Amino acid sequence: MTMKQSFGLSCALLSAIGLSTAAGAAEQITFVSQGGAYQQAQTVAILDPSAKKLGITINQDSIPDAWPAIKTQVGSGKPIWDVVDTPTGNCLRGGEQGLIEKLDFSKIPNGAAMPEAYRSPYSVSYEFYSSVLAYSQKTFPKDTPNSWADFWDVKKFPGRRALRNHPFATLEAALMADGVAPDKLYPLDVDRAFKKLEEIKPHITVWWTSGAQSAQLLNDGEVDMEMAWNGRVSAVAKEGAKVAFTYNQGVLQSTSLCILKGAPNLATAVKFLNEAVDPVHQANLPLHIDYGPGNPKAFEAGVIKPDRAAQLPSEPANAAKQALMSYAWWSSPAGEAAEKRWASFMQK
Amino acid sequence: MLALVSPALLVILALIVLPVGWLAWQSIYHDGFTLENYRRVFTEDIYWRSFALTFEISLAVTLIALLLGYPVAYLANALPKGWSILILSLVVLPFWTSVLVRAYAWLVLLQRSGVINQFLRHLEWISEPLALVHNTFGTVVATVHILLPFMVLPLYATMQKIPSELMQAGASLGASPSLTFVRVFLPLSLPGVLAGCTMVFVLCLGFYITPELLGGGRTVMVSMLVSRNVELYNQFGAASAVAVVLLLSVLAIFVLVSRFISLDRVLGQK
Repeated sequence: MTMKQSFGLSCALLSAIGLSTAAGAAEQITFVSQGGAYQQAQTVAILDPSAKKLGITINQDSIPDAWPAIKTQVGSGKPIWDVVDTPTGNCLRGGEQGLIEKLDFSKIPNGAAMPEAYRSPYSVSYEFYSSVLAYSQKTFPKDTPNSWADFWDVKKFPGRRALRNHPFATLEAALMADGVAPDKLYPLDVDRAFKKLEEIKPHITVWWTSGAQSAQLLNDGEVDMEMAWNGRVSAVAKEGAKVAFTYNQGVLQSTSLCILKGAPNLATAVKFLNEAVDPVHQANLPLHIDYGPGNPKAFEAGVIKPDRAAQLPSEPANAAKQALMSYAWWSSPAGEAAEKRWASFMQK
Repeated sequence: MLALVSPALLVILALIVLPVGWLAWQSIYHDGFTLENYRRVFTEDIYWRSFALTFEISLAVTLIALLLGYPVAYLANALPKGWSILILSLVVLPFWTSVLVRAYAWLVLLQRSGVINQFLRHLEWISEPLALVHNTFGTVVATVHILLPFMVLPLYATMQKIPSELMQAGASLGASPSLTFVRVFLPLSLPGVLAGCTMVFVLCLGFYITPELLGGGRTVMVSMLVSRNVELYNQFGAASAVAVVLLLSVLAIFVLVSRFISLDRVLGQK
């Protein structure tokens, strides 16, 4: 083959590849979640079925904390991600800063049918987890701690304690310990919460920063009770550790789906967003992992058995015992000020 | 000549000068020129506390590493070849293990139900487990372990170059072994001490994973401030300012040290 011929051939090949990707590009999105067992579970429960039903390709990426990447990608003007599964606060904060697309709910009927507290102009709830009071059954075999007031009561429940090194849910817990009802928390009385936290601070052995760390602390008996995410505690319990938790006064938190501003495949992303919160797909998620569906209609789909539903944080009866975190408050100026105050609280 | 080194210069430009320059730029530019980030670093007490704690921990780690490392390097130098190879391999082997793994290993050893506490309780020396980890103590122990090779290796390299004839000369003039050590060997090994201390101190200033895992959340070193500013508060400017101040402190230390010994000794161990 002469040089010219081979050049012509490669051109033809290249353009063929170019055409096929161009044809596919209209029907694909890049979806980003947090990786690990969680992303595997949602791939089976939600992503694969959605891709099949819509006839699109879902490329996946994962990152433990999407926020800095969202900011740099949209800031550079050429985002490569379309849909992100991230803590709801990121979607709201991103929406206010022009990093997240405003949603047209007329194109997202599944989202429009969800309760208003479960969605925002920029996001729809995707899954729920809960910050709960977890404890060692070895230390507390009979009289178990059942409320944040018990957690604060170091005389009645002596033992080592851990809290998350983050104001989210911690300030809520402090206020509940001080007697505020779970549905009367917002706007948070930040001064009162920090005052209450000062009370328990000398008794906190570890301020944990990662979910894995919280699980290890409880599993190894390094602490006797702590605030932890329900899925982490149940995972440790399944492996045989003598630990338990209560949903009473838990703080119900969610990750949401949102779309990056200027996403390369906006129309497909909106179609996917609607499909991902479809009650049946959503009902499939807790069959694979200990998180609750973001769409409450999933509990009516007949997929989740009653005894399984009773274990999930967003099951209506469990949800009723808990406080629903207000991401709108946390992304307000008062919320951001409280978040900054945390750093100086920790170092004093 | 310029043509020969220009590829290397380009690499340095792309990998070092540009990112560091960008970092510095971010700390002073946000919708216009601002010194706000630096004002906060120098006036808000959370930054002060963090810098003070980082320098305290680095100093403690350096001193402990010197006390532990000097005898090790001395033995490796004094003993016959086979022994010195064994000692040096024992120093270097953990060096190739991931910092994360070693931090977790210390957690297993030091925690409440850990090996050390269980052993002490078994001997009935203590009734309640000691708080060995999730505090500054645990952080310092693990950091010393991780940084020890950076102390031993420059010390060993320096000691290797001290002619053994000098010690013999000292002995032939009637000095006791301890006197020859104090008057001859120790002063000649000082450049190694300075080199090792500089390496350990500077590396410790930027430590992140170890205090994060073993500090219990209260041991907030400067690098953790940087990551928190980015992850939690989304303040790239503030994070950059902290990073620039840290970088300048390190440079200042190097400049100071270079007045006493050649920097080649610290970095290249010549």
